[in-house]
Amino acid sequence: MKLDEFFVTGEPLVYGGMVSIVLVTSAVIFLLTYFKRWGWLWREWLTTVDHKKIGIMYILSALAMLFRGGMDALMMRIQLAFPNMNFLNAQHYDEIFTTHGTIMIIFMAMPFLIGLMNIIVPLQIGARDFAFPFVNALSFWSFFFGAMLFNISFVIGGSPDAGWTSYTPLSGAAMSPGPGQNFYLMGLQLSGIGTLATGINLMVTILKMRAPGMKLFKMPIFTWSTLVTCFIIIFAFPILTVALALLTIDRIFGSQFFTVTGEGMPMMWANLFWMWGHPEVYIVILPAFGIFSEVIATFARKRLFGYHAMVWSMILIAGLSFLVWVHHFFTMGAGAFVNSVFSVSTMLIAVPTGVKIFNWLATLYKSKIEFTTPMMWSLAFIPSFVLGGVTGVMLGMAAADYQFHNSYFLIAHFHYVLIAGTVFACFAGLEYWYPKMFGHKLNERIGKLAFWFFVIGFHVTFFPQYFVGLDGMPRRVFYIIPEWMPLNVISTVGAFGMGVGFAIFVFNIYYSYRNSEREKTGDSWDGRTLEWATPTPVPFYNFATVPHADKYDAFLDMKEKGETTFEEEKLEPIHMPSNTGQPIIMMAIAAFASFALIFEWITLAVIGLVGVLIMMGIRSFDYDEGYHVEVDEIKRIEREARGL
Amino acid sequence: MRHKRPHLQKWLALLPLSLVFLLSGCSELTVLDPKGPVGQSQKDLIVFSLWFMLGIVVVVFALFAFMVIKYRNRPGRNDKDYDPDLHGNTAIEIVWTVIPLIIVIILSVPTVTTLFDLEKPPESSSDKEPLVIYATSADWKWFFSYPEQDIETVNYLHIPTDRAIEFRLSSADSMAALWIPQLGGQKYNMAGMENTLYLQADEPGTYDGRNGNFNGEGFTEQTFKVHAQEEEEFNDWVQETQDEAPELTQEEYDKLLAPSVMDEQMVFSNTHLEWVDHGTNDGRDYAIKRHRDAYQELLHLENEIKGDDKHE
Amino acid sequence: MSAHELKSGPLEYRTQEGRMSILGFWIFLAAEVVLFSTLFATYAVLYGRTADAPVPGELFEPGIVLVMTFLLLTSSFTCGIAIHHMRRGSVKGLMTWLIITLILGLGFLGFEIYEFVHYSHEGATLQSSAFWSAFYTLAGTHGVHVTLGIGWAVLLLIQLAKRGLTTVTSRKVFIISLYWHFLDVIWIFIFTSVYLIGMVV
Repeated sequence: MKLDEFFVTGEPLVYGGMVSIVLVTSAVIFLLTYFKRWGWLWREWLTTVDHKKIGIMYILSALAMLFRGGMDALMMRIQLAFPNMNFLNAQHYDEIFTTHGTIMIIFMAMPFLIGLMNIIVPLQIGARDFAFPFVNALSFWSFFFGAMLFNISFVIGGSPDAGWTSYTPLSGAAMSPGPGQNFYLMGLQLSGIGTLATGINLMVTILKMRAPGMKLFKMPIFTWSTLVTCFIIIFAFPILTVALALLTIDRIFGSQFFTVTGEGMPMMWANLFWMWGHPEVYIVILPAFGIFSEVIATFARKRLFGYHAMVWSMILIAGLSFLVWVHHFFTMGAGAFVNSVFSVSTMLIAVPTGVKIFNWLATLYKSKIEFTTPMMWSLAFIPSFVLGGVTGVMLGMAAADYQFHNSYFLIAHFHYVLIAGTVFACFAGLEYWYPKMFGHKLNERIGKLAFWFFVIGFHVTFFPQYFVGLDGMPRRVFYIIPEWMPLNVISTVGAFGMGVGFAIFVFNIYYSYRNSEREKTGDSWDGRTLEWATPTPVPFYNFATVPHADKYDAFLDMKEKGETTFEEEKLEPIHMPSNTGQPIIMMAIAAFASFALIFEWITLAVIGLVGVLIMMGIRSFDYDEGYHVEVDEIKRIEREARGL
Repeated sequence: MRHKRPHLQKWLALLPLSLVFLLSGCSELTVLDPKGPVGQSQKDLIVFSLWFMLGIVVVVFALFAFMVIKYRNRPGRNDKDYDPDLHGNTAIEIVWTVIPLIIVIILSVPTVTTLFDLEKPPESSSDKEPLVIYATSADWKWFFSYPEQDIETVNYLHIPTDRAIEFRLSSADSMAALWIPQLGGQKYNMAGMENTLYLQADEPGTYDGRNGNFNGEGFTEQTFKVHAQEEEEFNDWVQETQDEAPELTQEEYDKLLAPSVMDEQMVFSNTHLEWVDHGTNDGRDYAIKRHRDAYQELLHLENEIKGDDKHE
Repeated sequence: MSAHELKSGPLEYRTQEGRMSILGFWIFLAAEVVLFSTLFATYAVLYGRTADAPVPGELFEPGIVLVMTFLLLTSSFTCGIAIHHMRRGSVKGLMTWLIITLILGLGFLGFEIYEFVHYSHEGATLQSSAFWSAFYTLAGTHGVHVTLGIGWAVLLLIQLAKRGLTTVTSRKVFIISLYWHFLDVIWIFIFTSVYLIGMVV
C-alpha cells in the first residue's frame, strides 16, 4: 500500500484536520513534558480504576465527541444553506452525515450517560466502587480506543460513507470497497464490547452493592433508570456484536450474509441492526429520564410524583423497545399485517412515556421551583420532548410513515427526542453533579446564556425540518431545490445558535474553574439522595461509613436525623482495589489488532489478537487483592474534607 | 438564589401558535397536497392524527405553563401551596394512563385499515385493470418497463390518470425506494425480490419522483419526472413510442447499469425484462457481476447548476 | 469487602467478591444466549440459500456428528464430577477430572476441524453461499468458544497446582464449569437444529 492510499488526500478540509491533529497532539505532548506531568497522567488517570475518575474521562471524551459531531453537523448545515457554493461534494457529504450520526449516538450520547452513571450510581447506592473496577477501566479504554479508531478514519484510509445505519448491500465489500466501512465496523465493535461489560458491571453493582436497608423500590430513580438500561444493554448489544461481526466477515473474508451474490440477504442487516438499534435509543433516553427526575425533584423541592409508576413505566418501555424494530423499515414491504402489529406496538410506547410526562408535571404541582441551570434544561425538556414524542406517534402510524419515511420529518422527530431528551439531560446532569465531580459549581449566569442559545437554536434548527420534510425533502441529499431553501437557511441559522451555546458552555467550564467559589459542604443543592451525603471532593473510598438507607430519598432522612457518612465509632479499614495499567495496554493492543484488520493486514491482526490473549492470561495470573485504608487515614481524610 | 422571571414558558407558548400558523399555510406542502387517492388517504391519516397531537401538545403546554408560573419560588408565596411530601394519587394516575391508551386505540383503527387498503389498487378506479410498470433502480438511475406496452423509459415516467398503477419494484444493485410524494408514500426497491406499490394520479400534471433511500454517491441525483396524462394522450404517447423509439440491446443495457449519474432521459420500444428481471432470484446478481470493479472509483459529484433544470 | 466473608457454604460463594463474580458471569451468559440466538436466527433465515454449493443433506455425516456430541456431552459430565471433587476439597480429583474434560473437549475440536476441512474440500466453504456462511459462523463461533475455554482451563490448572483451593481459585473453576455446561447446551441446539434438521430435510 502506498502512502497516498493510506492517508486521505486531495481534500482541503481534511488537510486542515490533519494539521490541527498534529498541532493539538504536539501541544499536549509538549505541555505534559514541560510540566513533567507524564507520571501524574499515568498514575492518576490512565491506570485508575476509580469509578469517579473513569466517569470524568468518559464525560471529557464525550464532550470532545460532541464537538466533532457538532462540527460535522455545522458542515452539513453550511452545505445545505449554500448548495451552490460546493462546500462539500456528494462523497464528502455522505461521509460527514455518516460520522455525525455514528459519533453522536455511539461515541457521544452513550459514553456521556455512562460517564454520569459511573460517577453517580455507586454514590447513590452507598457503594465504594463498581463490582468489578478492573472491568470498568477496561470498558472505558475499549470505548476510548474504539472512538479514536473511528475518528482517525477521516485522515487515514477514508471515512465510512454508508450512513450510520450502514444498510447492506451498499455497505458491503462490492459497493463500498476500501477501509472506510471497516473503520465503522471495528470502531463500533471495539467500543460495543466495553458497553456490554459496563452493562453487566453496573447491573451486578446495583443488585449486590446497595447500602443496607436500600430495597430495590427505595433506590433513587436515576439508579433505577440505570438498572433498566443495563438490562437493555445486556439483551441488545450481543445482537449488534453479531451483526457487525457478520458484516466484517462478509467484507474481509468474503462470506455471503448480506451480499446480493451467493443468495445472501441484505434485508437481514436492517433487521439485525434495528433489533439492536431500537433498544439502543432507549439506552440513551432512559438514563436521561432518570436525570430529569432527579433534577426536577431536587429543584421543585418536592418528592418525585408517582415513583412506582415511573419505575414500572421504564420497565415497560424497556420491554416494548424490543418489539418495535420493524417500524424503522415499514416500507420494506413486510405486508399489512406485520406492519399493523408493529405500528400498534410502536404507538403503545407513547402510553408509559405519557405517564412519565404527566408525573413530571405533577411533581411540579404544589412545588417550589428554583430556576437553576440544570432545572432550566429539565423544564425545557418537557415541552420540547412532547413535540418529539407526538411526531413519533405519527411516524408510528405505518400507512402515514410511507410518506414520512426517509424525509426531514423523521430527521426533525429524532433530533427532537434525542437532543431534547438525551443532550438536554447530559447538560442538566453535568451541571447538576458538576460540584460533586469538581468541587465547584458552574457559573449560573453563563450557564443560562448557553442554555438560551442552545435551546432556542435547537428549536430554530429542527422545527422547520418537520415542514420541509412534509414538503418532500429526503434526508441525506447534498443539494436541494429552491422551494426548500428558506426553511433550510433558518435551520442553518439555528444550528449555529446551538454551536454558540455549546461554545459558551465550554467557556463556562474554564471560567468556573478560575472563578467559582469552592464547595465547602458536599451538599451543593440541598440534595435528597446519597451522593450528596459524601463530602466534596469525594474521597476515593466514597463513604467512610455506609449509612443505613431504608427510606426513599435517603439523604433527606439522614439530614433529619442528623446522620452523616462519617460515624467515627463505626469506622473500619476499607478495602480498595489497586490501580493497574493492564486495561489501557490490553485495549491499546486490541485497537492495534482492529486497525490491522481494517486494512486487511491479516498477519498483523493475528499478532494483535495473540497480544490481547496474552494480556488476558497475565490478568488471570494477577492475584493483586488491593489494599486497605486504615482507620486513622480515613479519619484524617474525612476531618480535612469536612473541615472538622 | 435569584428569582428569574420565567421567560421560558413565554416563548414556549409561541410554539403551538406557530404550529397553527404554519399549518394554515400547509396546503402547499407536497405531502399535504396529494394528486391521487393513495396520497389522499395518507394525507387524511396525517391530518387526522395531527388534530390529536395538537390536542395533546396544547394540554401538556398549558399544564406546563400553569405549573411553572404558579409554583415558581417567589418572595411572599403562599405556603399552603407547597406540599413537599405529595407523591401520588392513584385516581389521576389511572386517568392519564387510560386517556393515552384510548388515543392510541383511536389512531390504530384508521392506521390498520389504511395499511390494508394500500395493499390493493385504489377503489376509485376498480373498473379498470391496473397498469403494470416494473420500476427498477440501478445506481443511480431509474428504469421503467411497461411489459404490456413493451416499452421502457429511463429517468422519466408516463402514466394515465384515473387508473391504478401497479409498480413492481426491484433494484439491480443497492436498496432504493420509489417515492413520488404527491401520489403517495414510498416502498423499497431491492435486488432479488419484488415489492408491489399501488399509486394513482387523478389530475394530469408533472410530478417529482425520486429515490427516497440513501444508496451512495449519486443518491441525490437519482430523480425522475412523472408525467400524468389523460388516458387518450397516454395511449398516443405509447403508440408513438412503440413506433419511433429505438430498440434496447442487452449490450447497451449492461452499459447503462454501470454506476453513474445520468441526466438525460431515454426511451426504448422493448424492455430489459426480456433478458433479466432483477426482482427474481436469478436476476439478483446480474449487475454486480458485471460492474463490481466500477465502485472502486469515486465519481466526485458536485452540485452543478445544470442539475437544477432537472427540477424545473 | 472482607466484612462479608462467610465461614461456611461452598468456598466460591464465601466472599462478596466471589458471589458478585458468579452473578456477573450468569448475566454474561445471558448475553451469550442472545448472541447465539442471533446466530441461530441468522442460520434459520439463510437456511436453504445454498446457491451453487452442495446442500447440507449431501455433506452432513451422522457418524462424526454423533461422536462429537458424545464427546462434548461426556465432557460436561466429567466437568460436573470435577466440581463435585472441588466441593469435597480434593484438588487432585478436581485437576484429574478437569484434565479429562479438556481431553474430551480437544477431541471434539479435532473432529470439528476435520469436518470443516472435509466440507470445504467438497465445495462448501464460508464464501460459497449464504447458507454455508451461516453454518460456518454458527458452528465456528461455538468452536472458538470451546477453544477459548480450553485455553482458559489450562491457565486455571496451573493456578490450581500453584495455589490449591482458595476462595479465588474455586470461584474461577466454578465459573469455567458454568461456561463449559453452557457450551454443551448450545451444542445440543446446534446438533438438533443444524445437523438433525439438515440431514432430514
